[in-house]
Amino acid sequence: MSSSLYDSNIPITSQYTKLFTYIKALKIEQKNNSIYIEVLQSKIVMSLQKAFGEGFTYLSDITAIDYSIHPLLQPQSMALVYVIRHKDFKDNLVVKSYIDNKNEVPSVMNIFQSADWLERETYDQYGVVFQNHPNLKRVLNHQQFVGHPLLKSYPITKGQLCDESDTLLEEMNVQLFEKELITQNEDACYNEPEKDLMFLNIGPAHPASHGTIRTLMALDGEKIEAAVSEIGYLHRGFEKSCENHTYSQIIPYTDRLNYCSAITNNVAFCKTIEEMLNITITQRATVIRVMIMELSRIMDHLVCLAALLVDMGGLTNYWYIYNPREKVYDFLSKLTGARLTNSYMRVGGMAHDLHEGWKSELENVLKEVDSGITQALSLIEHNRIFHDRTQNIAVVSAEDAIKHSFTGPNLRASGVSFDMRKNNPYYGYETYDFDIVVGSVGDVYDRIMVRFEEIRQSSKIVQQAADKMPEGEINVINNRVVLPKKELVYSSIEGVMNQFKLTYEGIQVPANEYYGSIEATNGELGFYVVSDGSGTPYKLKIKSPSFMAMSAYPKIIEGAQIADAILALGSLNLIAGEMDR
Amino acid sequence: MDLKSRLSTTASKSTQMDPSELLGNTVITTKLDDAVNWARESSLWPMVFGTACCAIEFMSVAASRYDISRFGAEVVRFSPRQADLMIVAGTITYKQAPILKQIFDQMSEPKWVVSMGACASSGGFYDNYTTMQGIDEVIPVDVYVSGCPPRPEALIDALLLIQKQVKENKYDPNRHADYIGKLDYV
Repeated sequence: MSSSLYDSNIPITSQYTKLFTYIKALKIEQKNNSIYIEVLQSKIVMSLQKAFGEGFTYLSDITAIDYSIHPLLQPQSMALVYVIRHKDFKDNLVVKSYIDNKNEVPSVMNIFQSADWLERETYDQYGVVFQNHPNLKRVLNHQQFVGHPLLKSYPITKGQLCDESDTLLEEMNVQLFEKELITQNEDACYNEPEKDLMFLNIGPAHPASHGTIRTLMALDGEKIEAAVSEIGYLHRGFEKSCENHTYSQIIPYTDRLNYCSAITNNVAFCKTIEEMLNITITQRATVIRVMIMELSRIMDHLVCLAALLVDMGGLTNYWYIYNPREKVYDFLSKLTGARLTNSYMRVGGMAHDLHEGWKSELENVLKEVDSGITQALSLIEHNRIFHDRTQNIAVVSAEDAIKHSFTGPNLRASGVSFDMRKNNPYYGYETYDFDIVVGSVGDVYDRIMVRFEEIRQSSKIVQQAADKMPEGEINVINNRVVLPKKELVYSSIEGVMNQFKLTYEGIQVPANEYYGSIEATNGELGFYVVSDGSGTPYKLKIKSPSFMAMSAYPKIIEGAQIADAILALGSLNLIAGEMDR
Repeated sequence: MDLKSRLSTTASKSTQMDPSELLGNTVITTKLDDAVNWARESSLWPMVFGTACCAIEFMSVAASRYDISRFGAEVVRFSPRQADLMIVAGTITYKQAPILKQIFDQMSEPKWVVSMGACASSGGFYDNYTTMQGIDEVIPVDVYVSGCPPRPEALIDALLLIQKQVKENKYDPNRHADYIGKLDYV
């Protein structure tokens, strides 16, 4: 775990010397754009406060690590990790702290508002208790669940039946009490509300809630007075499954995180592992990745916009916008063999090279996309109904967006120009000519229009990547990472052994802890990986953009009407696979 | 006069005179079950219980390229009361299971269930603490579709299989009488 492997020319730590005179870190280490520090359990809150004061105002992720069966000796069996980002969106600060057996730490919600659901998740999965958290209950697993599934002692296949859903009334009552809509009697029970409130449950099986999001609303007429959301209906145990599969086997799982743009997730994962292995992929692989990732961004935005406009009643748009997506599917089927869940990327490169005639096919796809969105825009751009239904609805200010840890198009629609492709360029994004699309109000309209324009910008990048596609190998030459060529496997014992070892034991990633992220379609998609030197990650946590957006949703829709709430949900583009994992 | 009595009148007269001679080809005689089954199979109204990736593929099936309306099943209802074909598209977790069962129970007879994709059929590669290992643990299934996710053609094939079932068999509402799901007597 030496920092020399990752040294860049200017050490980041020097910029923050002031911060590190405040924080008494036990260890400081720098890898790429992240500084990893370790602090004492008693200093967690103080350190985060200081970091906040020094400009690290954006909370990306909170997770825990259960070290109980880690092969290396650890000071304690549980550690907490906070990933926070500087307000210039360049550098990450990863604060880690080992915690004692009591598993109790103070909540940091008074510093970072968005810690709410992240702390609930850590409690749910690891049983870490956050003191002073206002509502520390499960968020992903169901209410009847016993135990904490990401603890190493919890068997992976031990399922637990659930026969009754949470009523959510407890949370709702707390909210109504805070808003002085209900009163408490002397036994601390709640009285009936004085106002004639109606309670409405939307989802999880509701067409506009994408099958997996549930919101309980207290309505005064059409107006939403208070709302409580529940997620976890698509919690498929991704992180636990990852701890039981080799690195290559995880790639198909990543496909199903944000299944609307599967390859982007592949890239995010492979890039993180490659950085841990200190591998640089070939020129051609880099350009192919950029090209296919941007194509995925296009098709993801297409499905989001198509569904959203259907929710609004504009069914015609669906045919205009969805048909180009079919063309993208055709292209991807030819390239990868699958329409939706492609599993195209591999650690060290990709499964296979581009097919013959890809360039002209791709150009046709881009033409179709362009004509699709032009037609759809001609229906809505100057449409009074569309404007009335979207403008100034569910407004999220720039300040709130950062407080809620929004990322991607949702954050940019609020007027914050954070895009990792510009702020933290990777894969040579700085050499492409494209703009960050930024909104001005942060309403539903901006979130829609930002996506429309991002499709255009991504088309530009795809075109540029196609034009400059370099010749050469797609995979790095490294027997420990990339499978040998089939001719070698069938003709030599070394080839067979290489194939067998790599498949059976997996890629051996040296013991390390690393946070890697890219700008995926919905924003910063990050992986916090703990490796123990074997072919299987010891722990893998996803920083999911949709999860953060969803945690803010009940606040966003307060004061709005039901019909607006539906559009607000659609405009945030919540993909359950990546939100619930 | 309702269809049943009209058909029976036609049948009783047929002993005396062939009705086709009398009425030309303006009347088609058939069995009641056939007529009802024909109506049912040509207008299945799906209720899509979409939760995950498979639901995105269902969107393709509903869109104009694959166009489910060619088979009379384009009236997608999200109210279980108005639907007779449940398409479970996506992973069903233990948390989701009671909701799936409730919605299935709310559908009125006659009803059929298609389990779309690996997760709904068997849990897929999510063999872990949170995923139901196939929806047939809580509700009875008529047709399973493999694939992760299945191609649109596969779902259309499942629809054709359901149509075949509907057409060839008299509908028996008690056909799953022996079925006991994990959530049936909790």
